[in-house]
Amino acid sequence: MAMANEFLLRIENLHKRFGQEEVLKGVSLHLKPGETKAIIGPSGTGKSTLLRCINRLNDPDQGRIWLGSTEITAPTVDLNKIRQQIGFVFQDFNLFQHLNALDNVRLGLLKVKNMTKDQATDLAMHELRRVGLEHKASAYPSQLSGGQQQRVSIARALAMEPKLMLFDEPTSALDPELIGEVLRVMKTLAEEGMTMLIVTHELGFARSVCDEIVFMEKGYIVEEGLPEQLFNNPKQPRTQEFLSKLSELYGENQA
Amino acid sequence: MNWEVLCQTLQEDSFGRLACDWAPKILQGTLLTIELTLAAIAIGLVLGLLLALGRVYGNKPIYALCSSYVHFIRGTPLFVQLLILYYGLPSIEIRYLGWPGWFDWPLFSLIRFDDGFQAGLIGLGINSAAYQAEYFRGAIQSIKAGQMQAALAIGMSRAQAIRHIILPQALRLVIPPWSNEFIYTLKYSSAVYYLAVEELFWTGRHIAAKTFRHFEVFLILAIIYLILVLILTKILDKVEERLRIPGLDMKH
Amino acid sequence: MKKFQTLLLFLSVFVLLALTLVFFFDYPWLLFLREAISSSLLSVCPHFSSEILKIPCESLPSFMRGMSVTVMLTLCLLFVGFALAVPVTLGQLYGPAPVRWLMSAYEKFFRAIPILVLLIFFAFSLKINLPAFLSAVIVFGLHSAAYQSQIFRGTIQSISVGQIAAARAIGMTRLQAIRHIVLPQAFRLAIPAWSNEYSSVLKDTAFAFTVGLVELNQTGVQVANYSRQLFIIFFTIAIIYLILTLVGTRLLESLEERVRIPGLTVHQGAAHGHG
Repeated sequence: MAMANEFLLRIENLHKRFGQEEVLKGVSLHLKPGETKAIIGPSGTGKSTLLRCINRLNDPDQGRIWLGSTEITAPTVDLNKIRQQIGFVFQDFNLFQHLNALDNVRLGLLKVKNMTKDQATDLAMHELRRVGLEHKASAYPSQLSGGQQQRVSIARALAMEPKLMLFDEPTSALDPELIGEVLRVMKTLAEEGMTMLIVTHELGFARSVCDEIVFMEKGYIVEEGLPEQLFNNPKQPRTQEFLSKLSELYGENQA
Repeated sequence: MNWEVLCQTLQEDSFGRLACDWAPKILQGTLLTIELTLAAIAIGLVLGLLLALGRVYGNKPIYALCSSYVHFIRGTPLFVQLLILYYGLPSIEIRYLGWPGWFDWPLFSLIRFDDGFQAGLIGLGINSAAYQAEYFRGAIQSIKAGQMQAALAIGMSRAQAIRHIILPQALRLVIPPWSNEFIYTLKYSSAVYYLAVEELFWTGRHIAAKTFRHFEVFLILAIIYLILVLILTKILDKVEERLRIPGLDMKH
Repeated sequence: MKKFQTLLLFLSVFVLLALTLVFFFDYPWLLFLREAISSSLLSVCPHFSSEILKIPCESLPSFMRGMSVTVMLTLCLLFVGFALAVPVTLGQLYGPAPVRWLMSAYEKFFRAIPILVLLIFFAFSLKINLPAFLSAVIVFGLHSAAYQSQIFRGTIQSISVGQIAAARAIGMTRLQAIRHIVLPQAFRLAIPAWSNEYSSVLKDTAFAFTVGLVELNQTGVQVANYSRQLFIIFFTIAIIYLILTLVGTRLLESLEERVRIPGLTVHQGAAHGHG
């Protein structure tokens, strides 16, 4: 099917409820290979939940998701294999506390991909170099700054050689001066052609790096479009409201 | 140079003479105490870990089973548990781990409840397991949920995540209360004297009964236990230092 | 549901305490009550057809007596332990160097020696001849004081030094600061660990036969000896201990909830090793 090969990620009509609250109310989205999309919007509107449904850390109640030609939401799917193809970067980094940076990146290669120690070490060091942290290979998470921890966590995700990278508010837990180093890594990744879906509050970054912006609120996608179009001429009033509030807060110029 | 002869050089009726004469027997008792403690802790470790995993990751029936076990053992005295094992079970014809005609496996039937040492060891082990289960559970539950999520996100199965991410951290977090448990087992191993197991406390009572010098004998006992506890504490502190990972401690 | 649970809890506490009083003391009118309760309990027993239920039923009066001794002993020894622990803690934390050293030695010694050794020491070695109950209270009390002092030391130390500094800054003496600022918080924070201690000492009382006291466990041994129904007797004893443990810890939990101050928590307790 021509349709199936065109998109790397296809989400159709996703619904998710937590107890009484419906957090996702019929969300549909797709990503072409190499595309980078940002999801912006007020907190608690289901953005993180959407991401977590993609690698099924949360299970959607309704709706279907495809990665390439494989349906992720099918009951018979091998979840672990799928997750190897999707890289996930958490807001809280979630580095394995008992392992140093190198081991954090290497563990998946050794235990999930069953590489030899040499192969795994080479690839892990390569990824650490890619994020600029090969000199911190033997440091433990508590010995790294927030920005460094997040970069290691990106390296850990990249080491699995995923087709798709998901970022769940990657810089929200960082001190302001550390945000830049993480955004730089993400920008490079996007330029190198990685397919990325990023939930973020960093509007300036979204504007300059992403191919398309998605504005979500209260479990719906309110509007999506090209960055210049969304930021300069938002079609929906809610989008306008949200953007103007944020410009007020952060100022017009964001690096 | 025979030990007995060596002791005869000390003044009769002195404390030193008493200690010297009975030293071999005391040493035997001490060794048995150490043996019991180590074996009981080991049983408790394996069983306790399984119970903890059952309580954290198990489904409803497994959780209920493990919880009942832990609550019962922790709510009743060790001594009563020993009595149930050594006197109670044989009285309803359960003399070994099995039932004649029904459940008669070769290895299991070696475990006899009418033997003081075995019953005592099993009792100590079962008891220790319940407490260790709680300590492990606390350690596992203090690990942030994000650790498991990150493991799943790179494609690990739940079992792999537990093995490579959760347990290595939990085992380090559990060391302080676990050390406490080790010392506790050492002290309460004395309870098995009632089952005629010739460990340190039994030996003390035996010697005191023979020599009538209660004060001195029990003073020796106290000193030996004190020394054992001190040595054990030092060893466990060293172990904790070796295994320490910067930043990994029970933050709550 | 919450109200029901609380009601059930207080009812259980009341029943247990009432039974304890009735079966422990030997005043004439209490003896009368004891007879009344025993005979009404025993009148139920013939209705049980199976031996399994009949034997423990018939032994209930003896178990009540044993239980009352256990409960009384536990309460007394906790009180004695508490009374001793407070000065030990304060001495260890705020006293002059020799006092600090002495208190540390005391608590290290009493926590390293098995309770059985302490008991047997007291029973045989010291040439004093005290009634069994008193001996038990003294030995167990000294032992518990060592643990309780560590619990209090842990909680007191976890209360920030800054608060004492603030108290001094408004002109309080050290003693006043301790009394009005530190202790109220320390005792609240100590309740969970203290609940652990209660559980521990309750179970330790099973060893009191060493000083000649007939408490619940020993009662079980005696009953088992003449009834030969060992398993069911000891199992029943275990259940009674279980009830005593549950009621006690739940009571302390509800106390903890009542005195809780929002936001005031402690990080870890100096455990009795067990709880």
